[in-house]
Amino acid sequence: MHAFLQSVSAIAMPVLCAVVIVLVLPLLAGYIVLVERKVMAHMQARLGPMRVGPHGLLQPIADALKLVLKEDVIPMNADRMIFWFAPVISVTVALVAYSALPIGPAFQIADLNVGLLFIVAVSSLGIYGIVLGGWSSNSHYSLLGAMRSAAQLVSYEVAGGLALVSVLLLAGSLSMKEIVQAQLDQGVWFVFYVPFGFFIYLVASIAETNRAPFDLPEADSEIVAGYMTEYSGFRWALYFLAEYANVIIVAGVATTLFFGGWLRPLTRYRDHFPGTSVELLDVVPTLAMIALAVYCFRLAPEQPVRVQKRVMAAAGVKCLLFAAILLASLFGSDAVRQGVHGAFWFLVKVGAYIYCFMWFRFSFPRYRFDQLMRLSWQFLIPLALVNVIGVGVAIVLREKWDWNPFLSLVPTTLATLGFAAWLTAEESDFSDEAEGSAAGDAGEAAVNGGGE
Amino acid sequence: MNAGQEAAGFGTAHGIDTTVLGENEIILNMGPQHPSTHGVLRIKLRLDGERVVDSECIIGYLHRGVEKIAEHRSYPQFAPYVDRMDYVAAVSNGLGYCEAVEKLLGAEAPPRARVVRTILAELQRIASHLLWLGTHALDIGALTPIFYAMREREEILKIFEKYCGARLTTHAFRIGGLQYETYDTFERDVKRFCEDFAQKIDQYETLLTENRIWIGRTKGVGVLSADDAIALGVTGPVLRASGVEWDVRKALPYAAYDRYQFEVPTRESGDTYDRYLVRIAEMRQARLICLQAVDGIPEGAIMARIGKVLKPPPGEVYHSIEGPKGELGYYIVSDGTIQPYRVRVRPPSFFNLQAFHRMARGAMVADVVAIIGSIDIVLGEVDR
Amino acid sequence: MVLANILFYFFALLAVGSSALMITRKNIVHAAVFLVTTLLATAGIFLQLEAEFLFVVQILVYAGGIMVLFVFVIMLVNLDIEMRAVRFNGQWKVAGALAFVLAMQVLTALWAGRKTFHLPAPPTALAAKNTEAVADALFSHFMLAFEVASILLLVAMIGAVVMGKRSAE
Repeated sequence: MHAFLQSVSAIAMPVLCAVVIVLVLPLLAGYIVLVERKVMAHMQARLGPMRVGPHGLLQPIADALKLVLKEDVIPMNADRMIFWFAPVISVTVALVAYSALPIGPAFQIADLNVGLLFIVAVSSLGIYGIVLGGWSSNSHYSLLGAMRSAAQLVSYEVAGGLALVSVLLLAGSLSMKEIVQAQLDQGVWFVFYVPFGFFIYLVASIAETNRAPFDLPEADSEIVAGYMTEYSGFRWALYFLAEYANVIIVAGVATTLFFGGWLRPLTRYRDHFPGTSVELLDVVPTLAMIALAVYCFRLAPEQPVRVQKRVMAAAGVKCLLFAAILLASLFGSDAVRQGVHGAFWFLVKVGAYIYCFMWFRFSFPRYRFDQLMRLSWQFLIPLALVNVIGVGVAIVLREKWDWNPFLSLVPTTLATLGFAAWLTAEESDFSDEAEGSAAGDAGEAAVNGGGE
Repeated sequence: MNAGQEAAGFGTAHGIDTTVLGENEIILNMGPQHPSTHGVLRIKLRLDGERVVDSECIIGYLHRGVEKIAEHRSYPQFAPYVDRMDYVAAVSNGLGYCEAVEKLLGAEAPPRARVVRTILAELQRIASHLLWLGTHALDIGALTPIFYAMREREEILKIFEKYCGARLTTHAFRIGGLQYETYDTFERDVKRFCEDFAQKIDQYETLLTENRIWIGRTKGVGVLSADDAIALGVTGPVLRASGVEWDVRKALPYAAYDRYQFEVPTRESGDTYDRYLVRIAEMRQARLICLQAVDGIPEGAIMARIGKVLKPPPGEVYHSIEGPKGELGYYIVSDGTIQPYRVRVRPPSFFNLQAFHRMARGAMVADVVAIIGSIDIVLGEVDR
Repeated sequence: MVLANILFYFFALLAVGSSALMITRKNIVHAAVFLVTTLLATAGIFLQLEAEFLFVVQILVYAGGIMVLFVFVIMLVNLDIEMRAVRFNGQWKVAGALAFVLAMQVLTALWAGRKTFHLPAPPTALAAKNTEAVADALFSHFMLAFEVASILLLVAMIGAVVMGKRSAE
């Protein structure tokens, strides 16, 4: 019994973190959907959800309730076990990937030596959720949509993985914590070392999560319906949750690898307030939270209904509470300060990355499927390979010939840029040819007569 | 069988031959309920893998017998029906009909009426193209331009509402001129809209014209050669994008178009991207016409003296105008009574839709949606 | 320790159970799913043996790559016709005989080595972490095999790119 308790206490903290993630994530995903709808609306010169709660703040809860209470429809002749199982796979896989993601230095379920690879591996299992979902719907079009989506995921996984390898070479370890530590030691976020690696990973992660401009498998104006068509109510909510959980994961991975994870910007700037041990820049989070609280309080009296006024004021109070926590942690022990502020910076960076995702979704039209695949196989993957080789060369320059680390990566970036320019020039020649041949086919058919 | 019939695929056994399919071929049915066919249009596609080998459009789901109804209404009574054909650009429909009956009567609307008609028709052209832009971009996946386009279209519809009381089915004109005098802030509203509008078109172009994904989805897609276009009777922006410079406003001027300077945008390749560029340029030109017209609206009467009861002398007339979608023509036969003997409408979308067969050959399934969008059809007009 | 044992038995039961279920399913897709579960359970056992690199690679390559390919092929090939075709069932007897012979061999081997069931304790601290150890081995002892395998993979990738280009033309 004692031995059992001892072994359990070793995993108590990770289990607690896991429970927190499983409880918080659905709520968080719901609110990210709300933010997306608001951002979409404001970019489109309209307001978005405004009725359910002040400025639509209670909209996700209403949506969740609706989805749970909806009728559960299963298509005839659908494979019931797999139909039930597919969304479960998607969600489980998305949640399991969080075990290796460090949200700040203190909050990580498991610091695996192979953390990065683990996240990539587990994310690749998400394909099963899609393929099995499409197949079990017993619909020709769902299956085709699922196959396309899976093909897209597989192709962009290769590109994204290669982009991550370039960072891996610089950091020297697969452990997420050590990658952030390497950025701290080298004093520069890796995005400045390998901007092309970041760019490739950005594009690959958008395609990995099936978001625009790569959302052809889920688009509603296309003929092939997509793997999610036959799913309604709570099952659809699970797929949706899985998609947004995936978005947060890729944002988390990009933040950890390219943007220094939980490191504050300008970590080397350590000037203190005179007389205290509080660094100047560490007050920025507190100030930001106070500004947000002031904004909420300013908006509160303008709400039309009294309940909405109170909820807005409560939101302001919550921001003040966060500001207080951030301020208090400055005077606590090192671990507390790093934990709280690290989490803050991590979440800010993840938020910025997700905002960019939303921005791209509403600015760009959709890629056609063959263009999408061509982009991956004939542009991103060769580019990523050149990038990896370049980083290898840069490391040799750095270690054997003692070049300045930053300088050693300049040839890499230039080489990758040149290669990308060459690929683009060649691609436009090639695609003109292809389009020309399509027009040529039409022309030939015209010459051969209209009726056949 | 002439060139046009051959080009349209006549001579085959009623559309696509579905009895014998090749190895990889399937028949795909789109519509009549489909988010991207812009109305109740049914399209049968014969696909070889991913490519369209043959296609057939099945129309008639919105047929309401408008032309038959015309035989039992007097000329003024029929005017509101005309708005419901191309319900997106009602003002143009009304213009064509009123001018056709005026031709039959041998009357002419007074100068003031002609200028106001021109202004409203050009505003309607802009509104129709804005709706086209929004829905076409939405089909290709750009979620934002439709809201910007609707924002501008709203301004135009407000002007229409202030002028004649209706936003969509306006019945703005009467046979012989106008019924309503322009409201007091009409010139100011139109001028203010036109001044803001140039910047707004730039906004749409920033989002789409140079965008790589947009170009990839529209360049080389749905090519229609100039010869095919002429053989099929295609008119409007589709024809001009294929390289034929034909605009009824320049060739056979009507209303007050001969008084204003404007260009007729033309492109050469006849693909979806060119049709997009032509319509964007047309919006700019329409704005210029409005600015010129609104500065010098002549004073005077707004209605010609044609009497209350309209009984045109027996005869026939064909009059066409350049509607936003193409050449909109009215062929009216009068037998001397107060009701026309026959009203035949030449809807531009009907003839433009024939070209779909040509444009879709060799295209991929995902392109079909883009091609339909680029033709800019309104089923109310196609089916009447 | 107790927790580790519980986890081991969980993974082991999962692996054995999944494989048993896999070979008895009539529906091929169900069988494929159970195969994936088996592979994941095996990965869990690798992790318990402190071979974390193998654990991840098992998931990434085997379950997330090879099995996805299997599932694709299963779904794209129309198997209804196959499954309704008349089957040759005479093979049961031959299969039974072979299985019996194999079982006898395995039991003989187990009986002969019964003295080795008491396994020594695993090395307490591994010299290098698993990833580094695998990398060292690959790049020193198995260099030739590694290079040959990478050239094979590179050829496959280039072939895919070239074939994709050509069919588009």
